[in-house]
Amino acid sequence: MPLPPFQRILDEHGAAVHRYCLAQAGPDHGPDCFQEAVLAALTAYPKLRDGSNLRSWLFTIAHHKVVDHHRRQARRPQPMPELAAISAAPTSTGPVSGLDLGGGELWAAVGQLPEKQRGAIALRYLADLPYAEIAEVLGCSEAAARQSVRAGLTRLRSEVSR
Amino acid sequence: MTPTRDPLVDALRSVSAGDLAADLDAAIGRAERDGLVDVGYEVTDSPVGPLFVAVTDAGVVRVGFSREPVDAVVEELALRVSPRVLRSPRRTDEVRRQLDEYFAGRRDHFDLGVDWRLTRGFRRTVLERLYEEVPYGRTVSYLELAVRVGNPRASRAVGTAMATNPIPIVVPCHRVLRTGGHLGGYGGGLPAKRLLLALESGEAPLL
Repeated sequence: MPLPPFQRILDEHGAAVHRYCLAQAGPDHGPDCFQEAVLAALTAYPKLRDGSNLRSWLFTIAHHKVVDHHRRQARRPQPMPELAAISAAPTSTGPVSGLDLGGGELWAAVGQLPEKQRGAIALRYLADLPYAEIAEVLGCSEAAARQSVRAGLTRLRSEVSR
Repeated sequence: MTPTRDPLVDALRSVSAGDLAADLDAAIGRAERDGLVDVGYEVTDSPVGPLFVAVTDAGVVRVGFSREPVDAVVEELALRVSPRVLRSPRRTDEVRRQLDEYFAGRRDHFDLGVDWRLTRGFRRTVLERLYEEVPYGRTVSYLELAVRVGNPRASRAVGTAMATNPIPIVVPCHRVLRTGGHLGGYGGGLPAKRLLLALESGEAPLL
């Protein structure tokens, strides 16, 4: 299968990859991860053998950039966004009222999840990827991808309702 | 995305989008500086309708009229030049500026590199000869051009070369007419050919 113009990949998946990077690495570092991912993808693209699953190919690259970013952050001690900010928010209705705060803080909470759960949640609900592709990006089985999403949701639910 | 019953999932999906356009622009700018974009293209307005222009390191590689769907042309470039094709205002800036000047009557030749790789053999020979030897405001017949490339019986093949010119306007196939001054054909349509000839003869009101 011949490789389509790179522009088409960006048109089709650029927005989702961008959201993914921002949600995973935050508004300060997300844009860098996204740019790094685009550059890495362009560099590798002409040598790509199989153009049949470009979406998971691109997300795999973005995922690696995000993981690299988190590893660098982990080595460099610095204040992390506190979950307390979420639980301290005024609670009104129901167990997940913290969500009223909007996506930003919720995603900060996602940022505290273990790596696999964090990636799985973002790929599932931001990028809308099917489990088979999530598994491909995370390098695990489809069942493990489902399990990571489930576990991540459970943990988020308990944390935002605390 | 369809709303779910789960407010947590809905909230996860409603994360703010950030500035995609700016981040994309920054990424492509960096890619261009790093030499990772092999073909940059853009669509630009002109008196003969929207023009597609594509540029490589060697120069203009493709100009297309609106009768050719952009997607198809971009696909062709991916296949025949490189899949690293990106929309790029920066990369095409110079050619678009020169086209604007040309259509405004302020430019009678293009100072641009030309990337000839989408044409080859006899067709390429003919197009290169045309590009070098038939200046602004002049015309030539298919037959005359055939004679110039040393093959007087090839005026039909010259016609094919014009019809398959990948870089019209810059490579001025509109200056090639039938013997006797009939317009002949044109990839951009005869009204476009008429307009270009009128522009170059100074007959057209400046556009």
